[in-house]
Amino acid sequence: MIKEYFKDVFSGIASLLRGMKVTLSYFVRPSTIITQKYPENRAELKMFEAFRGEVVMPHNENNEHKCTGCGICEINCPNGSIEIISKFEVGEDGKKRKVIDQHIYRLAMCTFCGLCIKTCPSNALAWGQEFEHAVFDRTKLTKVLNQEGSTVQKGVKE
Amino acid sequence: MPFNIYDFSTFTQWIHEALTSAMSPFWVVTLEILFVGLAFLLFYAVIGLFLVYAERRVCAFMQCRLGPNRVGFQGLLQTVADLIKLLFKELITIKYADKLLFNIAPFLVIIGSFLALAAIPLANGLHAVDLNIGVFYIMAVSSIGVIGILLAGWSSNSKYSLIGAMRSGAQIVSYELSVGLSIITMVVLAGTMDISEIVELQRGGWFLFKGHISAFIAFIIFLVASTAEINRGPFDLAEAESELTAGFHTEYSGIKFAFFFLAEYMNMFIVASLGATLFLGGWMPFHVPFWEGFNTVMDWIPPFVWYIAKTGFLIFIIMWFKWTFPRLRIDQLLTLEWKYLLPFNLFNVLLMALLVLLGLHF
Repeated sequence: MIKEYFKDVFSGIASLLRGMKVTLSYFVRPSTIITQKYPENRAELKMFEAFRGEVVMPHNENNEHKCTGCGICEINCPNGSIEIISKFEVGEDGKKRKVIDQHIYRLAMCTFCGLCIKTCPSNALAWGQEFEHAVFDRTKLTKVLNQEGSTVQKGVKE
Repeated sequence: MPFNIYDFSTFTQWIHEALTSAMSPFWVVTLEILFVGLAFLLFYAVIGLFLVYAERRVCAFMQCRLGPNRVGFQGLLQTVADLIKLLFKELITIKYADKLLFNIAPFLVIIGSFLALAAIPLANGLHAVDLNIGVFYIMAVSSIGVIGILLAGWSSNSKYSLIGAMRSGAQIVSYELSVGLSIITMVVLAGTMDISEIVELQRGGWFLFKGHISAFIAFIIFLVASTAEINRGPFDLAEAESELTAGFHTEYSGIKFAFFFLAEYMNMFIVASLGATLFLGGWMPFHVPFWEGFNTVMDWIPPFVWYIAKTGFLIFIIMWFKWTFPRLRIDQLLTLEWKYLLPFNLFNVLLMALLVLLGLHF
């Protein structure tokens, strides 16, 4: 009984000291600090891969994207952030094909659910890592994702 | 004596004589009271603000964060900015609150810590009142704060405030016992309750070393119990923001809230300085017997620096407690006091009495 009481006291003190050792080790080593000084470290700041900054449409070096203009992303978007304006183009083989004129993405309405990216059959959309979206005019939040004069990459299934 | 260059009593004596030669004794006393009051007000505000900042930084570093670092150098002016914000805020009075008590409560809390500060020697001769029962006085006036806390909880007419205040009351009543007994242990060793004499007795070595085992146990108990007495984590059940929003000061806003906040930090400072005075020798430099060279070097460091360093060390330990341990439940709190601290303490007083009687201390 008495033995257990003292055992309690000393094991209690030992475990408290163990806890205090952990916090002290963090206190004396500033290298463990995770917080970053944001505006100062803008140049070297790199967001992690899974970060959902905005929806982008990757283009390759020939200014080609993979979007076929099927409209699945537009249908899937729960709050209508995406609008696809398509046009018809005559290809080399003389056939008329439907291609996108403008892939409009309204950042202001986007909830970053990622359904458009998930459901895109040709993987034309991706997450961008840009997060400084503040602007003075909200019309600037309506973006056209396909670049000027871009075409569909060859071999993308329609 | 190498001490005299840092002796403040010559300076205060000089002021007193200059005033006496210029005016009647009545005005001298009035002016002196005003001076001391102003000095303490300033000291109180500066220390309180700095402690809030220090706590936020210490907490941040222990949690792998940076803490406030934008306002002023390394964020030093952050709490000043916070205070200015609080000063501009509206003082909300609760409709069904007891107006008189509601308004008195923050002042009672702050008066308690103010009175306690008076009896603590900040440096050699830098002492507002040198009472011959200084230790007893500090114990007595520091308990006034709990009345303020209880009144704040009661008059707010809010369940959170009331529960917080009741918890705080129960906690202070039980932990005051432990603080008192550990202080009694040191009084037994010192043989006096006069704080300036206690400091003087530690010239040859601090009481922590003089009283060895018994003083060490008393020191640990004092640290734990006084942390509980000032309602700080891990004993902050009176605030317990996850359960009671903010405990007894839930309904307060603006500068009245700032008073509670400041008083909490000043109580921490007072407890730490009392601990530093009783166990670590107050403003007395660190002396090792027979090391004359070492002792002279130590004497060159001003007493005020020693005092602040020791107090700061104890404050750091109290902060360290807070940011390491999770909050206790009320039953765990009372178990710790009545089942562990109190028996140890009673035994420790006996042990200290034996040590003193048999002359086993240094």
